[in-house]
Amino acid sequence: MKVNSVLSNNKTAQHNEAKLRTERVNLYYGAFQALRNITLDVPERAITAVIGPSGCGKSSFLRIFNRMNDLIPGAKVEGQVKLDGIPIYENSIDVVEVRKRVGMVFQKPNPFPMSVFENVAFGPRRHGRNNRVELGDIVERSLRQAALWHEVEGKLEQSALALSGGQQQRLCIARVLAVEPEVILMDEPCSALDPVATLKIEDLMRRLAEDYTIVVVTHNMLCWLTT
Amino acid sequence: MPLEQTVEGKTIAMVEQSASPTTAKGLERRFERRWRLGEKFIEGWIFLAGVIAIAVLLGIVVLLLREGLPIFSDTPPWEFFFGTKWYPVSAPPSFGTMSFFVATLWVTIVATAIAVPIGVGCAAYLAEVAPSRVRETVKPAIELLAGIPSVVMGFIGLLLLSPLVQSMFNLATGLCGLTAGIMLSLMSLPIIVSVSEDALCAVPDEFRQAAFALGATKWEVVRHVSIPAALSGIAAAIMLGVGRAIGETMTVLMVAGGALAVPISPTEPMMPMTAAIASGIGNAVRGGLQYQALFAIGLLLFSMTLAVNLIADRVLERQKRKFAR
Amino acid sequence: MSTQSGLSRRLSQRTAFGLLFVATIIVVFPVLFIVSQIIINGVGTISWEFLTQPPSQAGKAGGIFPAIVGTFYLMLGMLIFSLPIGVLAGIYLAEYAPSNRLTRLINLAIMNLAGVPSIVYGLFGLGIFVLALNFGMSLLAASLTLACQALAMTITTSREAILAVPGEYREGSLAVGATKWQTVRHVVLPQARPGIITGAVLAMSRAAGETAPILVVGAAFLLPGLPKSPFDQFMALPYHLYTVAAHVPGMPEGTMWGVASVLLVVVLSFDVLATIMRLRARRRRV
Repeated sequence: MKVNSVLSNNKTAQHNEAKLRTERVNLYYGAFQALRNITLDVPERAITAVIGPSGCGKSSFLRIFNRMNDLIPGAKVEGQVKLDGIPIYENSIDVVEVRKRVGMVFQKPNPFPMSVFENVAFGPRRHGRNNRVELGDIVERSLRQAALWHEVEGKLEQSALALSGGQQQRLCIARVLAVEPEVILMDEPCSALDPVATLKIEDLMRRLAEDYTIVVVTHNMLCWLTT
Repeated sequence: MPLEQTVEGKTIAMVEQSASPTTAKGLERRFERRWRLGEKFIEGWIFLAGVIAIAVLLGIVVLLLREGLPIFSDTPPWEFFFGTKWYPVSAPPSFGTMSFFVATLWVTIVATAIAVPIGVGCAAYLAEVAPSRVRETVKPAIELLAGIPSVVMGFIGLLLLSPLVQSMFNLATGLCGLTAGIMLSLMSLPIIVSVSEDALCAVPDEFRQAAFALGATKWEVVRHVSIPAALSGIAAAIMLGVGRAIGETMTVLMVAGGALAVPISPTEPMMPMTAAIASGIGNAVRGGLQYQALFAIGLLLFSMTLAVNLIADRVLERQKRKFAR
Repeated sequence: MSTQSGLSRRLSQRTAFGLLFVATIIVVFPVLFIVSQIIINGVGTISWEFLTQPPSQAGKAGGIFPAIVGTFYLMLGMLIFSLPIGVLAGIYLAEYAPSNRLTRLINLAIMNLAGVPSIVYGLFGLGIFVLALNFGMSLLAASLTLACQALAMTITTSREAILAVPGEYREGSLAVGATKWQTVRHVVLPQARPGIITGAVLAMSRAAGETAPILVVGAAFLLPGLPKSPFDQFMALPYHLYTVAAHVPGMPEGTMWGVASVLLVVVLSFDVLATIMRLRARRRRV
């Protein structure tokens, strides 16, 4: 597994202190060890790419940052995982809060079977925002950031499942952006999409890296070698 | 389609605000585990519901044991299970349940003998031969059959079938094991057909295609490939049908005749275990010997159906694993 | 393969498939015959008076109104006692129970409990609700007994409906910082709702038609009035049919067919409703 950090062009992110840090992390699924002694820093406001052969543990590695491995019975994490210097695997830490700050986009787009609006508003609603006007603003901002607004403007009530694959993935990105995370984890976000949709999303990622810390698992080495 | 312009003026500001942390201590406090009382409250109720469900399960077993086991201190098990004299109100009373057991056996045998060939045959037809339009018509009809309440089946058996059986076999009464068995077979058919059909449909098509490619006729494929491959599922279906027949109450209560002698042939009136409980419990003194005896029969019934269902479950699990992809 | 000639192989196939077709006819014919017989013979007795008047002359004349009301109360009581617990227990088993041996045992036990004979549930109801809790032979005891019987099916149906919701939706919800209950409530349950409601409708159909449990626990044949409290005895359609068919000498056949038709219509309408709901849900998913 190769981890390569690509800094964004935004020079204001001078002191790229580690947003995320792992210290001697081991990950076990029961008796099987998926990750061995991983120590690395993920710099802030940059795109960090994780590349490697199938089955080497890339997705598992990604999921330790938002504690999604907790959902798998028998999964155990040893070592330290720190977000802004704070270890996130302590008992005193609120997992839900961590996941608000560390969002995730999945390999296969998974919009909820609801309208576009409700998909994006889902996160803010759960975190207590119920004002329709406020939600409207948040939804618009997130859809603009995800480069989807012009394609769904005026059709926010249509079902998310009616969108194309690439649009659905950008909707999932908007859904994550709506909760204002600091880190966005992306697990092969383009592998289920056609080349045109892939280009759009990679372009989107470059722009998002100016404001967010992005960690992406990818098979597409070409794009990362030329940047 | 032009790509979207990046973030507008006001949104940059919002992002910057949220991304600027306060002190490290402040961050840590924000990450602190929340109590989320509302969540805990709901989860408590959900857990309680799970507990209640388990309690009901256990409750049935415990109650049957508690109310039924005491009879064995009065009547030794050998006499209870194999004795043939059921005189609950004589002095001294005698509790031999053999006639009930044999009656259950008879009606189950008749029901199974009728329902299995017809049910499996129908399932094979639906799964392998029938055009989809026929399937669409037959399947709802079978669900309809499954939905008819047992008391209605008993009623039909009483009014329509028993006079027929009486005249056909020259019997003193048409209320006998045969009539009950026939009605029970109708009640077992839906489950036998549906589980067998599922088993046949679960056989991967590759097997059939390999046989066709070797020049087999469709019937040969069904007979030599599909059915043997689905055999364990069909066996499970039969077991579930048997379980249904054993446990059925109203139909046999109304139609089996209710006689206490040990039946030697299915054309005799008889009293299966379910009917014995249903007809006796009304008169039994609470806590008395007859009451305990009836609970003990209930316990036996429960064990029999539980055993049959457990075995059928196991068999179905194994078949699922055999063809898992 | 067979060494017979091609012609005789085709003949075997013709015969075999013919027999299988006959088997299918034998399965379908009785249903249609029974349902049509009941409707044909019963429709003559059904009248407004029959449906709204209480019985008179020991049930040989008058109507069956109290039995209809009693059945309705039973279905309601069964729903109230079994649906909330059944759905919540289904949620517990599908979402919260740890995946260990105990949970697997519990799931197995619940699925097998659904196959327990109804008379055994009657004994259970008698021992616990009528006697131990001292509710007596009453509507309450009977509703609770039917609820216990429905519980196994309701839990299984809810659990399966919830498990059928794809995991991607749960992951998507948790990944934006929703709590587990929020995920269950706002994503999983809405998706599982059609399946759960279909299960409830099927349970109601069963409650309307069950006789053995209520026979043991509180149903009566002729009562002076409608039940005024849950502790009263009650009349019910299936028990009424059983009694008029088997225990009242001189009962006119027309009345029996009439009761049978009303019962059949009630039970089958719930079944039809459940089937429609199931088909609609399947169409929407596609």
